[in-house]
Amino acid sequence: MPAREGTYGLLAEFNTPSELVHATEQARHAGYRRMECYTPYPVEEAAEALHFHKTRVPMVCLIGGLMGVTTAFLMETWINVWAYPLNIAGRPLFSWPAFIIPAYEWTILFAGFSAALGMIALNGLPQLYHPVFNAPNFRNGATTDKFFLCIEAVDPKFSLAETRTFLEQFPAVSVVEVDH
Amino acid sequence: MATKGPMQDPIVDPMIDPRTGEYAVIAPGHNFKSVTQKIAGIVLTSNTPLGWFFGLIVGAGVALGVVIGCTWLFLKGTGIWGVTIPGAWGFAIINFVWWIGIGHAGTLISAILLLFKQTWRNSINRFAEAMTIFAVVCAGTFPLIHVGRPWLAYWLFPYPNTMNVWPQFRSPLAWDVFAVSTYASISIIFWYIGMIPDFGTLRDRATMPAAKYFYGMLSLGWRGSTRHWIRYESASLLLAGLSTPLVLSVHTVISFDFAVAALAGWHTTIFPPYFVAGAVYSGFAMVLTLAIPIRKFYHMEDLVTLRHLDNMAKVMLATGSIVAYGYGMEVFMAWFSASHWEFFMMWNRMFGPMGWAYWILILTNIAIPLTTLWSRKLRVNVTFLFILSLIVNTGMWFERFVIVVTSLYREYLPSSWGTYRATKWDYMIYVGTMGLFTFLFFLFVRFLPMIPMSEIRMMLPQTKVTRGGPDAETVSKETV
Repeated sequence: MPAREGTYGLLAEFNTPSELVHATEQARHAGYRRMECYTPYPVEEAAEALHFHKTRVPMVCLIGGLMGVTTAFLMETWINVWAYPLNIAGRPLFSWPAFIIPAYEWTILFAGFSAALGMIALNGLPQLYHPVFNAPNFRNGATTDKFFLCIEAVDPKFSLAETRTFLEQFPAVSVVEVDH
Repeated sequence: MATKGPMQDPIVDPMIDPRTGEYAVIAPGHNFKSVTQKIAGIVLTSNTPLGWFFGLIVGAGVALGVVIGCTWLFLKGTGIWGVTIPGAWGFAIINFVWWIGIGHAGTLISAILLLFKQTWRNSINRFAEAMTIFAVVCAGTFPLIHVGRPWLAYWLFPYPNTMNVWPQFRSPLAWDVFAVSTYASISIIFWYIGMIPDFGTLRDRATMPAAKYFYGMLSLGWRGSTRHWIRYESASLLLAGLSTPLVLSVHTVISFDFAVAALAGWHTTIFPPYFVAGAVYSGFAMVLTLAIPIRKFYHMEDLVTLRHLDNMAKVMLATGSIVAYGYGMEVFMAWFSASHWEFFMMWNRMFGPMGWAYWILILTNIAIPLTTLWSRKLRVNVTFLFILSLIVNTGMWFERFVIVVTSLYREYLPSSWGTYRATKWDYMIYVGTMGLFTFLFFLFVRFLPMIPMSEIRMMLPQTKVTRGGPDAETVSKETV
């Protein structure tokens, strides 16, 4: 568990996505690992620079979908064969072709909710408080038109003075210290 | 006339891309900040336009039709409607199918066009999705109030109860419950997920404490982290992939309500594709009905451009042609099947006592749109498109009317023939749902970001990432 006091990290602000991606690549090259980019829209190149490729969202979605189809099909079978068998014009009680349609719908329902809620959970949201919001320039830019790189204090290579010097070699608008 | 005066010089329209000759998807000159300010400004302004209040009040007033109509319905029962035997399915089912169909264009835009990487859809995506949800709200009302005892409508769902009674899953009406409830749930979650980053923007740009709090809670604390974005994009793509088969299945299941019945005019295999195409057709017409006044009222011509209107008109042309093929096939099969009942049904549909409805349908759904939409000049004519969208929506309503009424009121036995006449309560509730739709839509454009800001930012040229630093040789995004 990281310490919840003192410095959270150093936040560098950039005007363009290219500057952000360049700085992130260089930081990674210099050995920094615990860092994060903040952008107003998804910048895939930034994720590449952070070496973040795999998400577990598709797996969560697949598990949800399999659960949905199993739940619905077993429920229909149990209801129409055992719990409440009805003779409708002599048709078989186990009318599996008809059961496919609600099972199909529930596959999508469960998979969709798993993808959406799984994404939120894996992202650790809702999290209404986060240290980066303490930076004076963050909220004015990160969700509008500015690009941020935050090197976190938990990184073993992090040192307030050296990391600041490192970040200031890039054309950053500002480099500010972020507190918890 | 060979003389070339200054009047005949081609006027350079800044909205036309010189390379393709097409209208631009987004007006030149925009940057991240300007699109954000423009879209967020509509929501965060303290100067609500008077026209908005006017529209909201008109919508609320008309929506009273639903309140009054349903109150009287619950007191008296479905006997106040025109439904009777043999025409047991009247306005309620017609309106249900019509509204659900309208919703389908929203999902098509948000899901199918996303999978096909049609980025032009980004600007119309959000309000098309909103349209879907409000259309489903209006649609869902009808089966609920049509069940006769709406306070027991929850019996439709499988839940353990002291009566030990369960649904019967071989019935298309039970499939309907699953299809429509799934559709509503997935549409709402897809819509909300899409808005989370924009709520973050609104939270950060709001000045009123109440607005900061409201959008802050809705944003779940979104901060634009790259790892979050990657998972977010993954979830969006998955939801789009799931919504695509969903939207096709929903209207298919609704068409099963008809096609599974052994009734002339309903019992046909062409119903699923033809219902889905009709749904998309009417849905795009409704997107145009909404988009054209909104872009004018909020001066959004630079974000919802003529390119969008042109593209939507093209989709209408394609789906309208599928619908026309469906109509043609129905007539052909009535003859080719050599079924006495099918033949009579089609003759009766065209020349029987309700024949006027069939010819209105052919005129409004086929004759007018499918002759005019071929012209590019007309496809970028805003006034024409607006009128045409109203015509197509009327036509699609008549399609459902023709399918429901003319198949039912001429039964197999002439002794059980009847007629169908809607009552004032039918009209009141139907018109009322249009008011409800308008009311909800006006609330939406005022309080939620109606154009997805993060997706619009992705369409700007400034997003291009050049490798190797700003001074090094630039490598474009496409070649990496």
